[in-house]
Amino acid sequence: MLDKDNLIKAYGDTYNDGKIQLSFTLPVQKGVEAEEAARVYCAKIGLKEVEVVHMKDLKEGFTFFVVYAVADVFVDLNKINVAKIETEEMTYYEINDYIKEKIGRELTVVGACTGSDAHTVGLDAILNMKGYAGEYGLERYPQFDTYNMGSQVPNEKLIEKAVKNEADAILVSQVVTQKNVHIKNLTEFVEILEAEGLRDDFILVLGGPRISHELALELGFDAGFGSGTKPNQVASYIAQKVYQNIKK
Amino acid sequence: MAIKLDLDQKLIDLCRTYTADIADDIEDKIAQNTTTSVERTVLRLLGVDGVDEHGIPLPNVIVEKVQKEGKLHRGISYWFGNALLQTELEVQELAQAIAEDEVDLFALAQAGNEKVYKHLLKLARAKADEIRENVKTRKEMKDEHPPGPKPWLYVIVATGNIYEDVKQAKAAARQGADIIAVIRSTAQSLLDYVPYGPTTEGFGGTYATQANFKIMREALDEVSKEEGHYVQLVNYCSGLAMPEIAAMGAIERLDMMLNDAMYGILFRDINMKRTFVDQHFSRMINAYAGVIINTGEDNYLTTADAVEEAHTVLASQFINEELGLRTGLSKEQLGLGHAFEINPDIEDSFLMEIAQAQMVRQIFPDSPLKYMPPTKYMNGDIYRGQLMDGMFNMASIMTGQSIQLLGMLTEAIHTPFIQDRALSIENAKHVFNSARNISDEIQFKPDGKIQKRANQVLEETAEILHEIADKGLMKSLSEGIFADIKRPMDGGKGSDGVIEKSPDYFNPFIDIFEEELDLDAG
Repeated sequence: MLDKDNLIKAYGDTYNDGKIQLSFTLPVQKGVEAEEAARVYCAKIGLKEVEVVHMKDLKEGFTFFVVYAVADVFVDLNKINVAKIETEEMTYYEINDYIKEKIGRELTVVGACTGSDAHTVGLDAILNMKGYAGEYGLERYPQFDTYNMGSQVPNEKLIEKAVKNEADAILVSQVVTQKNVHIKNLTEFVEILEAEGLRDDFILVLGGPRISHELALELGFDAGFGSGTKPNQVASYIAQKVYQNIKK
Repeated sequence: MAIKLDLDQKLIDLCRTYTADIADDIEDKIAQNTTTSVERTVLRLLGVDGVDEHGIPLPNVIVEKVQKEGKLHRGISYWFGNALLQTELEVQELAQAIAEDEVDLFALAQAGNEKVYKHLLKLARAKADEIRENVKTRKEMKDEHPPGPKPWLYVIVATGNIYEDVKQAKAAARQGADIIAVIRSTAQSLLDYVPYGPTTEGFGGTYATQANFKIMREALDEVSKEEGHYVQLVNYCSGLAMPEIAAMGAIERLDMMLNDAMYGILFRDINMKRTFVDQHFSRMINAYAGVIINTGEDNYLTTADAVEEAHTVLASQFINEELGLRTGLSKEQLGLGHAFEINPDIEDSFLMEIAQAQMVRQIFPDSPLKYMPPTKYMNGDIYRGQLMDGMFNMASIMTGQSIQLLGMLTEAIHTPFIQDRALSIENAKHVFNSARNISDEIQFKPDGKIQKRANQVLEETAEILHEIADKGLMKSLSEGIFADIKRPMDGGKGSDGVIEKSPDYFNPFIDIFEEELDLDAG
């Protein structure tokens, strides 16, 4: 039997009214034909009661639309299944105590923005002393020994550094994801580790604004962290994961 | 302009005294060295273009040959100029012949310095005149199709494909953009050469090539005439090929260049000496070509905290100003950079932004300040993003900024879609129009929060400049004075391209630029 409360649609102002808003550009001159084209396009997506509420001439034969419509489909919440990071989030002090008491040695972390990526904003947010959003970065943790290699680091260099310092975890940050440039680079990274027989020596953590835990798992990493991640979340994960591995 | 903030002029003067000391020290190091990229630039300016059978640019092929022989210390121009005289080939013919090993630069008879220099100066003169002609064309275009009022609306295109960029750029220009920047492909800054020809593949941007410059310039000229306002073109004069990009921009009439004295050291880990030498020559070219440079202080605040590190931005602006003026750039060509990057959740963060923006406006009254939008605290919430960008635009019009790089509501999500750019232009036009003359109406409350904040930043700036002047800029950079980034003095990429000049070093362009830009010969 279907559980009705678990079947949901978008909510505007009435339960399951299915109201959504969207905006997009079509390569067409602004005019009544353009408006109709937008309506037909939305109808073909499967939307109903399509209302083009705003239309703007972007010049050079482009028009921008804002549309409200009804998306008349259900999602069954019972069938939703998402890979989640299972470790518990701890505070800066809890993490340091946890490592001291349960692991009894400092953990070593090596991080880099790899490939051609020059954007260190995410990596720095997690690793730099100052941290992000009021949370200290890993460099500040007495129980972490942290190496931030910065931007545009070749995969081989990162692995070399991790091996040399007997790292517990490797952090890879990827910001530029246009045309999926990151996928190739990340796949290569894991492949090198596997080919060298090093894959199980490290906890592999992936981060970036377009990264999900699910994507990270798919690429052969142990965990993935998206935008808004705070340093303590990453630190909690690494500490608990190291402990789990010791217990095994 | 009425005084809005009561800043301590003595302190400002003191800052400039420190920066003069800092620049003296750096200038000595610049004068002693040349680089492979400077020498490649000389070849480009002499007219060498194209690539060899492996796709390597001819300027690289020729400079490498001379470097391998250990003879680059007297400058590429001597060897090339002598070969021109001996072989009687045209510039491009000779370049190809050298690349194909048909001409051996070191096996030729030597015409003697005087004859070679004279011939080189004649060739360099012709190129310099060509660049001056571009300056004249720009002025005529601007007179006929005047750009809009400041702050100028600056947007980026970054599709990776120059032909797609053209569509987006033309659309943006017709929507009201004053300035178009073509973002480079990620990591181009680390290429020790300039790619060749029109390009249609790039990541996060489009390769800066001379052909791409030409394609975009032509497209924007067309729109400028049709829309009746001159649309300015920007590219990135940074990285290992910095001076070559400057030369290409001068030839293709770019109007602005991102061109910072220290950006490469800090953010691309490029060797210090290499960077200082390269920035010096590239800025001379930009000065001569009438290009407005944009400095990169905004980047400091994406890695360091915008409240605690505000004084490092001002300190770096003073340094960029002094080093820039010494290359012949006028104050009107110094688009000093800063940014709206304070955490918006902090109470009165907007007041601090106003204080900092007004402060730099008053300290550099003649310079077209480049104001960068919020990026660090953009989080994918496009509605909040649009509001933050509106606040940023408000801060700009309240404080009389000049070059407004428009914030994108989709910052932190993707490179801008066509509608993102249109929405940002609409946002800026709305704010600027509705508050066009607000700056004339404002004076800041004596001893108010804004006044105090500005003075505090200025005081901290004087302290840090004092410290840098004592230690030297290179040592200070190695200790992490800017952006929390430390770079070793002899480390970094491209150090193998730094060559100590011999006493008979010759570069005809430096001679011409120094004379015409009224610079003291180094």
